[in-house]
Amino acid sequence: MKLAQVRIMLDAEVLCGREWLDREVKSACGADLMSDVLAFTKEQGLLLTGLTNIQVIRTAEMSDLVAILFVRGKRPGPEVVEMAKNMEIPLLSTKKQMYEACGLLYRDGLAGCSLKEEHFCRQNPELN
Amino acid sequence: MSAESGIELEFVLESADFNGAGEASSKIKRTLQQLGVRPDIIRRIAISAYEAEMNVIIHASRGVIKAGIHSDRTELVVEDEGPGIADIGLAMQEGFSTAPDHIREMGFGAGMGLPNMARCTDKFDIKSEKNVGTKLRMVIYH
Repeated sequence: MKLAQVRIMLDAEVLCGREWLDREVKSACGADLMSDVLAFTKEQGLLLTGLTNIQVIRTAEMSDLVAILFVRGKRPGPEVVEMAKNMEIPLLSTKKQMYEACGLLYRDGLAGCSLKEEHFCRQNPELN
Repeated sequence: MSAESGIELEFVLESADFNGAGEASSKIKRTLQQLGVRPDIIRRIAISAYEAEMNVIIHASRGVIKAGIHSDRTELVVEDEGPGIADIGLAMQEGFSTAPDHIREMGFGAGMGLPNMARCTDKFDIKSEKNVGTKLRMVIYH
């Protein structure tokens, strides 16, 4: 699914990165816990979140996420938007709530993120 | 670049510096990109470095993160001065966290950090002494 389709489906406003809306979204994750995002998302994943701080942008950067979509009409401050722009991470904002936004995308065929599908990471890490 | 020579990066981490949190990991990531390391490998290194960096900023009084980038692997060493970890086995369990509420409100302190690092790395070693500090050593093969 293209990011542009996500925008239309959720009637979302583009806060930055309009030029990157043709990017392909492979999966999505709805979370406010950034460690869960770091553990569960895959590259080219879309993050839906209600959190608007700098750590959200950093998490997206480290995880190679395709974009961040803020739910419940939330908008980050200008310094956070600026940081995302520099990192070429598009930011969108929808008035829809998390549950509804995730549900609409899932119904349209956008898959979730599963830890088990991460081939390169160890499933049962032990101290070594 | 031979397997033994390499690039050494070092960054000082300050307690509660939440705006700067992630800058070291970001620089490590960009260096790996410039060196042409595979993106899926970079992602694992970046996630491990970032989780470790956040841990120092959240829990310790100060720390240092070092990245040794070699042709066949990246070694991350993260050392901090701080309270240490009383029970490493417990800290390795997903969901266990001692982070206070204001950290959780920022999206961290879910008790996923150490298990995430262990999962994303090929070698993971943690040593901690109560009221002294913690030392992590992680290796990710390219």
